[in-house]
Amino acid sequence: MLNSVKGMLLTLASTFTGLRRPVTRQYPTVPTPVQPRFMGFPALTWDNGVNEPYCTGCMVCIRNCPTQCMSASMMDNPLNAEGQSSRRKIVDYFEINLNRCILCGICVEVCNFDAIVMSHEHEMSTYERNGDRVNLPALLEIGQKYQRETTWIPPTVLAKAKKDAEDAAKAAEAAKVEAAAAVEGGE
Amino acid sequence: MVESQIDITAGPPPDAPPNAEPVEMLLNMGPQHPSTHGVFRMVLWVDGEKIVAVEPHIGYLHRGSEKLCEGEQYHQVITLFDRLDYVANFNNELVYCQAVEKLMGLTVPERAEYVRVILCELNRIASHLLYVGTIGLDAGAMTPTMFAFRGRERIQALFEAVSGARMMHNYFRIGGLKEELPDNFEQLIRDLLPLLREDVAESDKILTFNEIFLSRLKDVGRISAEDAIDFGFTGPCLRGCGVEYDVRKAQPYSVYDRFDFDVPVGLDGDCWDRHWVRIQEMYESLSIVEQALAQMPGGSVASSLGRRLIRPPAGEVYARAENPRGEMGVHLVSKGADRPYRLKVRPPSFCNLSAIKYLLKDSWIADSVVILGSLDIVLGEVDR
Ligand code: SF4
Ligand code: SF4
Repeated sequence: MLNSVKGMLLTLASTFTGLRRPVTRQYPTVPTPVQPRFMGFPALTWDNGVNEPYCTGCMVCIRNCPTQCMSASMMDNPLNAEGQSSRRKIVDYFEINLNRCILCGICVEVCNFDAIVMSHEHEMSTYERNGDRVNLPALLEIGQKYQRETTWIPPTVLAKAKKDAEDAAKAAEAAKVEAAAAVEGGE
Repeated sequence: MVESQIDITAGPPPDAPPNAEPVEMLLNMGPQHPSTHGVFRMVLWVDGEKIVAVEPHIGYLHRGSEKLCEGEQYHQVITLFDRLDYVANFNNELVYCQAVEKLMGLTVPERAEYVRVILCELNRIASHLLYVGTIGLDAGAMTPTMFAFRGRERIQALFEAVSGARMMHNYFRIGGLKEELPDNFEQLIRDLLPLLREDVAESDKILTFNEIFLSRLKDVGRISAEDAIDFGFTGPCLRGCGVEYDVRKAQPYSVYDRFDFDVPVGLDGDCWDRHWVRIQEMYESLSIVEQALAQMPGGSVASSLGRRLIRPPAGEVYARAENPRGEMGVHLVSKGADRPYRLKVRPPSFCNLSAIKYLLKDSWIADSVVILGSLDIVLGEVDR
């Protein structure tokens, strides 16, 4: 009997704290914020420097997708012919069937061109079976929204910056050692 | 129109004498029954309120995961393992990664091992909290679910911060982890632990020794240690019978030999003992996480393989680990290709569930739900 009463008291206590600080969110009206790393649906990014997508349509992600839910094709890049872009090929057509996507993030991992991201988009239910087959413009739109909202920096740029910093640190270390050796030699 | 064989609206047969011998009745439970923890179907032969015989039908959620593994590259298989036992995703990923690592003779960065242990133990707590919620519902208590899910939500928020997904993480990689941890990882866990300890204590306090709960679970679904071993029980179900067997102790994998923790065991092997063992395990898991956090070395967590397509050498391995539900094993056969030749999973839930015929015989209908709940099955893993 005693333990039931204790349990009841616990419930009452948490009712009162719950009234002050509710744990439950009224979801559709109060959206739940997602974590920075949240993996929503994949989307394509936009290179603002050259004004074209990062994606070259190389199909690496397509071959690595466990559910085979994407398709793409590439074409010669007109901007490259004009000398504005360093990309010789560019994506021509891209489609992801988001209803088949399992949000695994493998496509992002394998892409060599920083062209695809796991966006924060996740509320995309539709009534049709094919309602979530999204094409290139739609994917770029989601991607740009993601870029705007999260100050996205291309991962290779990040990695390069990190490596440069490390190299610089190493060089500074080496210079210090050298200077110390020079001082010793001078004496 | 096909005539239905059984007219469910009809009363007793008109020719039945007023005080006839009890007639056995066939009761179909599931697959969409809320208390079968997924989609499990049992056909019960009942005599009044007593169960005479049970016929379990498994396979409603069969997705052919093992066969699918043969068609996926090694790194893609991890996504399938996430979906086996879908409340213990990290633990599943760990077993698979260990199997491939064993086959390739890879060593995992020290820090990655510790992170794996931390995430797996948190996942164990999350899984057991889910169990506390559902056993409460099975026994007729609504409140524990609320308490348990509050704690579970905290863990899942942490998982989301680390891996990007709340459940299907795809975060462990063969030879390491997918990416570096977020910078504030250790702080996140430090903040989480006291809250979690409180949550676990609350779920414990509200349910374990509650008189109604005790009377619903004590001496129900009892199984002796010998029978449990014969049925292939592992995990909390086996430990509930008093057998001190835990893969983390019996055959330490990863870095589990560096932690000091107890293996709680029950006495009678009834539903309540299985419940108690799970509750105690949550406290042990918390202490493992604390120790791992204290011992965690620095360095990188990335796999030495990078993004290379792997082709492990031809051979066979068996790797096993202690999942929240018991011993999960992976038997992997490689022929040197980029996909597994054959992959067999030893699912703990499936083996634990095999005793259902024995456990339910001669019990009451109302108890069947509790007994099934105390086995804590996950159908994604039973049916695969
Ligand atoms: S997203 Fe990346 S991997 Fe996929 S086609 Fe475009 S450039 Fe290639
Ligand atoms: S997230 Fe996974 S399933 Fe979805 S498109 Fe990318 S690789 Fe395919």
